[in-house]
Formats: sequence, structure tokens, C-alpha cells
Amino acid sequence: MTAAITGQDTGLRSRVEDFLYAEAALLDEWRLDDWLGLLTDDARYEVPSTDRPGGHPDTTLMLVSDTRSMITARVKRLNSRKAYREFPWSRTRRIVGNVRVLAVTESGELEVTANFAVYRTRNGQTHCYAGRSLHRLVPDGEGFLIAFRRAELDQETLDEHGTLSIIL
Amino acid sequence: MAYRDGVVIDDRSRGIFRVHRSAMTSEQIFADERARIFNRCWLYVGHASEVARPGDYLRRWVGGQPVIFLRDSAGTVRIHYNTCTHRGATLCREESGNTRVFQCFYHAWTFDTTGKLVVTPGADAYAAGFDKADYALRGPARVAEYRGLYFINHDPDAVDLLTYLAGATEYLDLILDQGDEGMRIVDGAHRYSAKANWKLMVENSIDGYHAPTVHATYIDFVKDSGGGQNPAALGTGGGLDLGNGHAVIESVAAWAKPTYWEPFFGDEARPEIEAKRARLIGRYGAERGERIAGNFRNLLIFPNLIVNDVAAITVRRVEPVAPDRVSVEAWALAPVEEAAGSAALQRRLDNFLTFLGPGGFASPDDVEALESCQQGYAAQPAVEWSDISRGMARVPLPNDELQIRTFWRTWASQLDDAGFPEQVVDVEAPKVSQPAARS
Repeated sequence: MTAAITGQDTGLRSRVEDFLYAEAALLDEWRLDDWLGLLTDDARYEVPSTDRPGGHPDTTLMLVSDTRSMITARVKRLNSRKAYREFPWSRTRRIVGNVRVLAVTESGELEVTANFAVYRTRNGQTHCYAGRSLHRLVPDGEGFLIAFRRAELDQETLDEHGTLSIIL
Repeated sequence: MAYRDGVVIDDRSRGIFRVHRSAMTSEQIFADERARIFNRCWLYVGHASEVARPGDYLRRWVGGQPVIFLRDSAGTVRIHYNTCTHRGATLCREESGNTRVFQCFYHAWTFDTTGKLVVTPGADAYAAGFDKADYALRGPARVAEYRGLYFINHDPDAVDLLTYLAGATEYLDLILDQGDEGMRIVDGAHRYSAKANWKLMVENSIDGYHAPTVHATYIDFVKDSGGGQNPAALGTGGGLDLGNGHAVIESVAAWAKPTYWEPFFGDEARPEIEAKRARLIGRYGAERGERIAGNFRNLLIFPNLIVNDVAAITVRRVEPVAPDRVSVEAWALAPVEEAAGSAALQRRLDNFLTFLGPGGFASPDDVEALESCQQGYAAQPAVEWSDISRGMARVPLPNDELQIRTFWRTWASQLDDAGFPEQVVDVEAPKVSQPAARS
């Protein structure tokens, strides 16, 4: 059972925004182990392929389809000096906006959508990953934990960026 | 200047193979490649399963040209250039779909799926000498298929596809025979790129030497997940020149693949994977069945198609864009019986995107390596040559470079208008212990 959120609950949205801003800052500051602490033990993270923004991992080749243990492995890799695409680190700047709480379940889980623009600068070039994110957030004390995160890119290809080596 | 000896040095007496770095930076060489390689060789377009139903179409850029890949209303797979025969507008403006006709949005000329011009609005304005039959959609000079893989050739005089594929068909069969009910391309593509010459992407796709260094983090991930790199893998198998520029490296699987169980996949996956292997052995006998199921193979179809059967099967089309720019389109090829939502397809796709994907744990570092090479070429002319000599005086191992030399020998020979070079069998150079053979 879920209840639609009509937008009047600005207090809830502010708390969600504060959480998403703080989370984006951890990624921008490369505090990836701290960022991992914001995930539930069964968290999932996915990015559909650019030609199938609505793609589902059961049927479609994705760019990212990580279980919690793969997210942990992704972070371990990015912390290594041998993830050559990201060492030396890129500079990233995440702009998160248009945050909307779409629904709240009886157990208090939130369905949240936001727009993102993630600028990645490295080796003399800056590229922007633009898109929409979907989150399932679980209340945790005053804040939240991320149980599900999906980043749908607007780009039709990665021709400009080359690859997707950072966490969106 | 001849490409052979001028750009590619193939000195078998000394065991030295070098490529001049202008091959990766010169606009002139890039133009020569378009004219003498991409306009003469068979180029991969797509797989029949991507246009499964009559009327299915998708658009692609192949060798720098826009094409529509489709199945016509009668069920025949066809390839048209994606340009209206009237004034040239792109006819197919959606990535993919299903249709009975293509109508140009500019003046509404309308073509059926066979390419026939069926409607010219205001037809009475055209004189008697105007014949609609002259305006059917144009297609490449040649279109041919090998077991569902569709290729085009712009050269009407090219050898037929089967002759062209030469020894590569044996290796394509080892991959295409894996389905109990055939093979299909899974929905969704990886479209990525590198600010690097296209030939670096080809080299990298069939290069065993770089795996332990560039992919150390992937190998760690496999170890952490309960698997491991089979330490014996690189000591098995080898590299082969398959003729006409096609080449392969094959070895015992270095880590898990969908037909080869490793603890990495978990105990619950074991019965299904072992049963799959048993079916392959039942169908093809112990030797071939084990080879299909238990080996890795990285296959190059000259000039720009890669079919790698490793952590999963990728069909990777390498599209040159500029001397310092390459685009890649890569698809997952899977047995038809691995249905949507099945655990088998899940394992395959997870393995695919983790190792082969641009968002995974390995391909980003490949792209970094290629871009790093391309930047290094700015040190020309002070530093002019790259070296590809590894393993020249021995029966080549999978982490030697025979397969890459095969590509370059054919590349140079094609650019010199000298046809396909003689196939290298076994070792390329006389043994160092036999100096008498050198003269």
C-alpha cells in the first residue's frame, strides 16, 4: 500500500534533498567507503544501456547491474591505484535537482526521483552525464539508506565520454 | 611509399615487427583505409535475430555510411543505404522499429520494405521519362550471411563471403554452435568510444598480453568472488593466422564463462552449467564439446569485427570515426534457450557487463590504455615506432602477438593493393639456433 505524495510535504522533501546532496558530496570527494555506508545490505545499483533507458536487467544488456557485493567490489576497484581509468582520479561535480518524493510505503520507504548532471573532468576534457535517477530510500534514524538506485542516462551513446567509470 | 616496409616492418629473420605510429595519426592513411580496406572488405552489419519479424528494422553506420538493416514484408533480410533517392534525406529516423513502408519526411516519397519506390506525391508532375523503377533504394554492392551474421561489401568484385572468412568459420562455428536452438543477440547495446585510432581497439580486443596488467582489478574481483584466474590458461592454446587477415587466440578458460563452472558462479548454478556442457559434449563429441565449453577465444574477422567468447560472448563492431577517434557497438550473443528472466541469461549478462562492458571493471581501463597510446603518439617523429614482435620466433602462445601481426600484415598488404598476404603457419621466423636459414 502506497500513498501518493502531492507535494505539500516540503519537510520530507527537504530531508530527502539534504540526504541526496550529502551523498553526492561523498562521491565528489571520493569518500567512497563512507558512501558505501549509505547503502542497505541488499542494495542494488543499475544503469541501463544508452539505447534502452527503460531496460531491465532480466531481459536487457545493462551498463551496470550491481548487487550489493558488486557495488562493494566496484568501490574497492575505484579505491585501487590500478583502476587506470580513474587513477589519477577524475574530478566530478554532481548537480542534483528536481527532487520529487513519488510515494511512501506503509513501512516508511520512499520512492524518490531526481534529475542529475554529473560533470567529469580529466585529462583536459569535461563531459556531462545527464539523466534521471530513481531511488528507494529506507528511513535510518534521522536520515536514510539507499536500497535501490537507478540512473537512466539521456545520452544515446557514450561516444563523447568513452566509458562510464564513475558511480552515477 | 609502400605500406609494407614503409609503415609495417616485418623482419622475420631478426624476429622484429614494427608499426609506424603515423598509422594511428595520419589523415592520409585514414583516407586510404576507407578506400582500400573498408570499401573492399566484408563489413559486419548485424545479426538476423535483431530483425526477427517481417517489417523489423534498425539503422546503423557501417564503414562511415548510414544503412537500414531490415527484414522485408516477405521475410527476407535486406540492407539499404539510409538515404532517400530523391534529395538525400535520411529515410529511417528512428533507431529501430517495425514498419510496412519508409516515408521520407522531406517530400513524402515512400518506399516499401524491399526498397521499391511506391509513392511520389503529385506523380502527374513528372514527365514520361521519369521511371519510378530508377529510384528504388540503393543497397551495398554485396550482401551475404554466415549463420545469421550479415555482412556487406561495397566492392562488386569481392570474393564471396565464405571464401573471405577462410579459416575463421571454424572459430565462428565453435561460438555459434553453443545454442541448443540457435543463437540470438540480447536486447540492448553497449555504445562506447575511445579517443584513439580504431586499430588500437582491434589490437586490444585480441591481446592476451595486457590482461594481467591492465585488468588486475578485474582479476582481483574474480578472486574475491570465490573464483580465480586459472594460472595455466595462458600457457595453453595459442594464436593463429586464419587467412585473409582473420586471427584468433584460444586457450583454456582463464576464469568462469557461461559454459564453464567456477566457484565464482556459486554452487546453485553448477548443475545447470554442467548439464549445458554435457549437452555440448553429447552433440559434438568429447573433444569438440569440451573445447566449445571450456575454452576462451578472441576472434578477429578482418578488418573490424570482434567475436570474443570469454566471460560471455560479445559481438563487437569497431567503427573508425577519425584517425584519433573510434566508436564501438557491442552486443551480447546468447543461446536462444536462455530465456528472458532465466538465471542462465542473468549470469551471462552479469559476466558480460562486468568484464566486457564500458561500465564494468575492465573495459574502462582498456579505453584508458588506448587513449594513453594515442597521446603518446604526439611524440612523433622523435619516437616513431611501436613494437609487435612478441613471440615471433616460437609457436605463439595466446599472450604473444602473432594474431596482431596477422592484422597488420593484411592491413599493409590491402593498402598496397597487394591482396591478402600469405598465411603464417606455425612459427614466423627461423629459429635463432638455425642461423643458416636466415640469408
